[in-house]
Amino acid sequence: MTTDAGAPSYQDGNALAGPLSELFTVDLTTALTRCTGCGAAGPLAGLRVYAHAPGLVGRCPGCGQVVLRLVRGPRAAWLDLRGTVALRIPLGS
Amino acid sequence: MARAAVPGRLGERLRWRVATVLERRRETAAAVSIALDVPGWPGHLAGQHVDVRLTAEDGYSTQRSYSLTSAADGSRIELTVQSVADGEVSPYLAGQVAVGDLLELRGPVGGWFVWRPEQDTPVLLVAGGSGVAPLMAMIRARRAAGGRSPFRLIYSVRTPEDRWYLGELRRGDPGLDTTFLYTRSAPDGWPRPPGRIGAADLRTWGWPPDFFPECYVCGPTGFVESVADQLVTLGHDAARIRTERFGPTGG
Amino acid sequence: MTVISPGFRGRPRTSGHRLPPGQYETRDFPVLSAGPTPRVAREDWEFTVTTETGDRYRWTWGDLLSLPAERFTVDLHCVTRWSKFGTSWEGVSLDVLLGTVQSASDYALVSAYGGYTTNLPLADLLNGQAWIAHRYEGADLPAEHGGPARLLVPHLYLWKSAKWVRGIELTARSEPGFWESVGYHDYGDPWREQRYQGD
Repeated sequence: MTTDAGAPSYQDGNALAGPLSELFTVDLTTALTRCTGCGAAGPLAGLRVYAHAPGLVGRCPGCGQVVLRLVRGPRAAWLDLRGTVALRIPLGS
Repeated sequence: MARAAVPGRLGERLRWRVATVLERRRETAAAVSIALDVPGWPGHLAGQHVDVRLTAEDGYSTQRSYSLTSAADGSRIELTVQSVADGEVSPYLAGQVAVGDLLELRGPVGGWFVWRPEQDTPVLLVAGGSGVAPLMAMIRARRAAGGRSPFRLIYSVRTPEDRWYLGELRRGDPGLDTTFLYTRSAPDGWPRPPGRIGAADLRTWGWPPDFFPECYVCGPTGFVESVADQLVTLGHDAARIRTERFGPTGG
Repeated sequence: MTVISPGFRGRPRTSGHRLPPGQYETRDFPVLSAGPTPRVAREDWEFTVTTETGDRYRWTWGDLLSLPAERFTVDLHCVTRWSKFGTSWEGVSLDVLLGTVQSASDYALVSAYGGYTTNLPLADLLNGQAWIAHRYEGADLPAEHGGPARLLVPHLYLWKSAKWVRGIELTARSEPGFWESVGYHDYGDPWREQRYQGD
């Protein structure tokens, strides 16, 4: 992988796929989220994820509000979803 | 339609699997492709990735995420690892891992940045540097499925020595057009002067917006931002542009 | 079953007396961020202290620079396991800023430009343990490391040392900040390895 010095230091919500797969049986990166700040809707994969931090921080690509935070400790994980109105989770057909 | 990519019971998806190194292939001075045998591998879609975990003799353990580069093929998968200066995991995988060694990995994960063989629309792939990895999986999956949807690959690299999968891309596939762009130095006689990818490159070597192509853009964050913006400016539907950014990973 | 990779060592892990448990030494200065880097012009910068009664104390950039500054050299310990030794800074001690503040509070909630917050006991900001730092290694503090000014509380894990610091709210009870509300420790002593709640 590549380090892009000087560029914005975030990744796509795709980076959430591995960590979230530890907690959920469905792939949540395709789930639709609606931002509680600006109302914009989109897949979790479209969030801006700041991963170079003590946890993962997913921000709305429209308004920058924190939509999701995930911290993985050795014995527990903490998931905060207060920035999303709801998640629409597609189920396999 | 978005849906769970490869459904599986939690216990299965959570599990770290033991993989055996089958083959190493050098792509460039710094990049090596590694083929692995993973017993019980559930299959994957082009564009998905895996987490690889390394553990030292004193118990210290760390993991990194790598795109799968191969089409689904039983228990065999492939990754390509670029050795990052000062990196922790990538120099070990690219430099020291030998055929027969064991590694731990889990996956596949990620159901958004994927291409499925049943998609029949034209596809534009835009790669910056090592961002070509998941796009190569799409090219290989199309080949494995005998796919007919037309593909175009625009692959931006610094110099000709930085191209991955060169022999395979030169051999080509029916219905796949590949264009190399160079940002630092181009081969002798190359018509396009070295420089960053621009709207003219995307217009000349990509698809017109009224073909409604699916666009997959992968590379460093700045590259992806710039290409996605240019595609929208050219008239492509933002909903048909899927991106994967490589942020700082610590190698 | 865990697979050991022969010859894989990972980052160097020394056992020096300056290294808290579970940390490794780094010589560069990693930039961690939970969001975009705020760009705050010095003419717009202000720092406020708000008490439990609603009293507000406010300093402009000019006010901050007019206060006596200290130069100090400290070790930094980040909860993501890197430690950096011997970093030198210049800034104003919080003893100077909080010295005249009337308050009966025991806790502090620190806020930053960009929305970040972190909490700690007020006592840990006093007695020569914390600064509003505005110069690093002899130069103005770069934005990616928290400039124009950041809090520095080097005896706690570095997430307590809020970059782009904007104010401190003094509270009677401990209120969890940005990372403390998702599992990180309320105190965060690196020598007792207080990374997560319950550690």
